[in-house]
Amino acid sequence: MDPMVIFDAGLALALVALSWAVLASADRFASVVLFIVLGLMVALAWVRLGAPDVALAEAAIGAGVTGALLLATLRHLRGQPEAPPSPAPVRWAVGGMVAAVTAALAAVVVALVAAPRPEGLAGAVADNLAMSGVEHPVTAVLLNFRAHDTLMEVVVLLVAVVVVWAIDRGLAPAHAPQGPLVDLGPVQDGFARLALPAAVLLGAYLLWAGAHAPGGAFQGGAVLAAVGILAILAGRWRPEPRHRAWARAAFGLGATVFVLVALGVGLGPRVAYEYPLTLAKPLILTIEAAVTLSIAATLAALFFGREPAGLTVPNTVPNTVPSTARGGRP
Amino acid sequence: MTAPGPDLIYGLAGLGMFAMGLYVAMTGTEALRRVLALKICAIGASFLLIVAAWRATPDGIDAVPHALVITGIVVMVSAMAVALALIRRIRALEDAHAAAGTPAAPPRPAPRRRTRPQQGTPR
Repeated sequence: MDPMVIFDAGLALALVALSWAVLASADRFASVVLFIVLGLMVALAWVRLGAPDVALAEAAIGAGVTGALLLATLRHLRGQPEAPPSPAPVRWAVGGMVAAVTAALAAVVVALVAAPRPEGLAGAVADNLAMSGVEHPVTAVLLNFRAHDTLMEVVVLLVAVVVVWAIDRGLAPAHAPQGPLVDLGPVQDGFARLALPAAVLLGAYLLWAGAHAPGGAFQGGAVLAAVGILAILAGRWRPEPRHRAWARAAFGLGATVFVLVALGVGLGPRVAYEYPLTLAKPLILTIEAAVTLSIAATLAALFFGREPAGLTVPNTVPNTVPSTARGGRP
Repeated sequence: MTAPGPDLIYGLAGLGMFAMGLYVAMTGTEALRRVLALKICAIGASFLLIVAAWRATPDGIDAVPHALVITGIVVMVSAMAVALALIRRIRALEDAHAAAGTPAAPPRPAPRRRTRPQQGTPR
């Protein structure tokens, strides 16, 4: 038997078992840790399926940054009792519906695999790769052929950080990350000292490599965001109110540069995103650099959660209900 | 009979993840677990896209679904960040109610209606 089939079957079983464990575990902390492991396993499966870019994005964003966000939220949920399960009729009805959808999809997957596979868009991408300005197909699709999608994705991130800042503004003081951060000891500090410069280099390399190999703005940005998260955790840097203007500028930079380049290209006889061949690579790298900075700043801010201004709000009296309502105003 | 290829194996695994995630997202009663379930559901859906893009020859692999999945991962982390911020906010409101002695009403606390009359009293 082909050893790869054994590997595939083992990994597929591990994926399903880990998903089950994440969803069924009674302990929230165990759930989150298993979820991070699951994200890395998923990345491994995607490498096997010839999608190294997606695997990098999933490992960095789906497992790494999302895991950090989950662990940061977990702290607030400590001591909360488990809610009772949904009523049995609801569970049966939903279970039946999910089973029907899954059975239909399973038939589709089996038919898809059995039938001769159509070429898809691989040929179209390969034919036009020379005109895109970059040599890596995924980057060409993201930044050139489907650039409008990617612009909208950057805007979604921008909206997310605006919304999170707005929601966290009303957090009661007890829930806000306040006061000196916990001192995690010399191990954390030593690790940060060694890992931070290496991670900055890795993030910049991923951005540059995206033009001709797996990598790109999103993977590089997520690694740089991890630098920010590690710096915050190790106490090497802490966001303060005076950083807000810079943070806002960084959040908006990617979308702004992207739109300006698209409009600038569209001013001439070309349509937006139709970069001139000689300028395509510099333009794409300019956009990617700006987007990388925005992603790094946004993801790190999403981890920190509360807008730094909230730290200066004087302690409201925790014993009265209106204190939360008052905290809602800056 | 030939051995199953990675497309079939991972396609079915992704489908299993999609089904589990969908079920828990719709029947779960704990917010954090429902968010995790949605993400697992999204991973399962991504598996179907990646499997559809897979070909036995490296040159035949389709880059467009890969780009779509990368977009999906970034949109999902944005959605999760907002969902987690809402979870933190709900917990803070419940704690404030517990501290003030009002019943927290676990399923759906209605802070707005309760806070307004009390806000008005000091005036």
